[in-house]
Amino acid sequence: MKVELIDTTATTVRNELTRMCQQMGGLTTGVVLNLVIMTDEGDQYDAMRAATYAGREHPCQVLCVIARGGKRPRRLDGEITVGENMPGQMLLLRIQGELNEHVDSVITPLLVPDTPVVIWWPGNAPLAPADDPVGVLGQRRITDAAANEDPGNRLLELAAGYRPGDTDLAWTRTTTWRSLLAATLDRPYPAILEAAVTAEADNPSADLMAAWLAKRLGVPVHQEVSAGPGITEARFVTGDGKIVIGRPDGRNATLSRPGEPDRFVALHRRETAELLSEELRRLDPDDVYGETLAELAVAHQTTENAAGAIGLGEAGP
Amino acid sequence: MGNPLRDPRDRRIPRVAEPSVLVMFGVTGDLARKKLLPAIYDLANRGLLPPGFSLVGFARRDWKDEDFARLTYDAVREHSRTTFRDEVWQQLRDGIRFVSGEFSQDAAFDRLAEVVAGLDIERGTGGNRVFYLSIPPGAFPAVVSQIERSGMSKEAPGWRRVVIEKPFGHDLTSARDLNDLLASVFAPHSVFRIDHYLGKETVQNLLALRFANTLFEPIWNRRYVDHVQITMAEDIGIGGRAGYYDGIGAARDVIQNHLLQLLALTAMEEPVSFAFDALRAEKQKALSAVQIPDDPATGTARGQYAAGWQGGMPVPGFLSEDGIPTDSRTETYAAIRLGVDTRRWAGVPFYLRTGKRLATRMTEIAVIFQRAPHLPFNATDAKELGQNALVIRVQPDEGVTLRFGSKVPGSAMEVRDVNMDFAYGESFTESSPEAYERLLLDVLIGDPPLFPGHEEVELSWKILDPIEEFWSASGRPEAYSAGSAGPACADAMMARDGRAWRRL
Repeated sequence: MKVELIDTTATTVRNELTRMCQQMGGLTTGVVLNLVIMTDEGDQYDAMRAATYAGREHPCQVLCVIARGGKRPRRLDGEITVGENMPGQMLLLRIQGELNEHVDSVITPLLVPDTPVVIWWPGNAPLAPADDPVGVLGQRRITDAAANEDPGNRLLELAAGYRPGDTDLAWTRTTTWRSLLAATLDRPYPAILEAAVTAEADNPSADLMAAWLAKRLGVPVHQEVSAGPGITEARFVTGDGKIVIGRPDGRNATLSRPGEPDRFVALHRRETAELLSEELRRLDPDDVYGETLAELAVAHQTTENAAGAIGLGEAGP
Repeated sequence: MGNPLRDPRDRRIPRVAEPSVLVMFGVTGDLARKKLLPAIYDLANRGLLPPGFSLVGFARRDWKDEDFARLTYDAVREHSRTTFRDEVWQQLRDGIRFVSGEFSQDAAFDRLAEVVAGLDIERGTGGNRVFYLSIPPGAFPAVVSQIERSGMSKEAPGWRRVVIEKPFGHDLTSARDLNDLLASVFAPHSVFRIDHYLGKETVQNLLALRFANTLFEPIWNRRYVDHVQITMAEDIGIGGRAGYYDGIGAARDVIQNHLLQLLALTAMEEPVSFAFDALRAEKQKALSAVQIPDDPATGTARGQYAAGWQGGMPVPGFLSEDGIPTDSRTETYAAIRLGVDTRRWAGVPFYLRTGKRLATRMTEIAVIFQRAPHLPFNATDAKELGQNALVIRVQPDEGVTLRFGSKVPGSAMEVRDVNMDFAYGESFTESSPEAYERLLLDVLIGDPPLFPGHEEVELSWKILDPIEEFWSASGRPEAYSAGSAGPACADAMMARDGRAWRRL
């Protein structure tokens, strides 16, 4: 069932939603979380698709807030979808004019009570998500550094504004890699002297994975640039040779260990929908992400200082 | 040395199995095709199997590796839970081997040992092996002694684990024999007895429900609970299992393992941790406190399905099934009233029932609470109010129901039972893995809490053996028509206690 409301208010939207749910037999009960998507007309389609997919694992009320730019009069348009081939319910809110400054006043009355709130910015996100008027409503705030024009710098911003509950899809993208790397070290291995991460240029996931490895292993981690896609190689240099996971095609990886035949591992790049599903699986703060961001910021500071002291810019990550 | 990349706080990185070889006996069976092989693929697809994981099939067929890979591929395509990905299949395919032979052939097992040792070198499986015996228990001695003879059971390097499926014997003596046999070759902590019910999310959720909340534990005792009903009803008949089922019956097939495990989890005290010995200790305590009825004639009931209509289809009676002798006295329905003699449960009956060809397929644990001591309503107002109940639905519609009285809207004060529902299907839909996925992963990781220990198995037989003995001396089970809720004697058993079964 779908209803459109033009030039409306949050109260009207809520009443209409209640009426629709009652008519369809009280669907609100199955909702386990509120997912607020802060987006624009351009990203809206993909974001909603991802949310619908994730909704199969986590039935949610999706509140998709579309900011409409330009000089327009203040207006709120709503589109409510309930039970159309998806669990939960979907609200599409188009916002224009000065209302853009007060989005939180539209969102707050529409949240399902007693249910966690997750805010997701698929594209541009506030400098410090937790200080944003909408960001404070969520216990989990999902950004995507890769959507930024300067992802490396964006990570530093996120590090500066980090609060428990923040998370970033660039970090989520590293999970399968990190899981494989961790599995590699479940077996006895020679002492690791250094490590390296290779990825296409400006890949924030590679920055995060390198920082994570540096933090956990306490060895120098180099970053190298390849043609991609995404992260193409991770390498541990040990006293006995190299342990290498290479993934040149974004799908299939090869694991090589000294003295053993190469092994084939499936390691495909995941779509946004899968990333979002992973994000929604846990709603408590991701401390390891926080630590990794902090490590990244410290490493950056050290490089800056070193460059400043010597007076020449070292090759950046 | 711990793995520096692992951190308990890093919940995104899943528990991944160690590189190992899974040697499967009985690969052509239904269970292997419908559950085990698809579960292996699903684990791989979720990134939970390490690179190098290898699967070796052993069977009588004159097959090559490709044939077994083909069987696995078909099983995966047909039955896997997660989407099919070529690259994941390729990763699995690289580690698939097949060894053809009889259980009696030394040469075949020597070949198996060679193949497995070869995989250690080729795929870096480090000597870790799991032997999955998906075969009739009659074949266990042959296979176990072959595993030992061919040197495959020696620990070092790497570990050895063995997985067996129910039945774990057919009485106390045979269960002990089986355990002695396994213990002669494998260390006790390496024997994993699969009870797939314990891999179900809802069953594990019973532990969360009881021990993570403040709401239920205070009323989880004789002061508030009137009785507990644990039901596993099946709508199917015995199918092709006549050879196994005749002489075994419903109680040995289901009550001994599944239902008594569910009883133990419901009745046990809080374990000090979820480590396996802590959990097993509590389950053992609960099972050792179980009392069977003084008079089995009034505290138990048996039935055998006769021809009838089941879900709109005429179905044959048990005695007309292929392979069942026409004078078989095997029960296809069994109900038992048990007590748990502890301070918590003294005087609270636990009713267990299971049966085939019943009206529907359903497994649940229902904790039925006492009636309120006083109702400040007119007698007619609360006439339709039943007893409060907390129902853990194990299958098919996994979830939890809380049943309580509520006012019927309207000008009159009328109280009627309503349900408050938590459904897994709605709330955590696709993240719910199959029981076998969970259990296989636990075996590969070496995490045993969800597997019953041999002490529990023996305690269960101690409960069931005297009842079986009584039954074998007391004539034929009562007939019930297929598609019904069971024999009349089972209803009479409840009626004598002033209670009734929950509707199936």
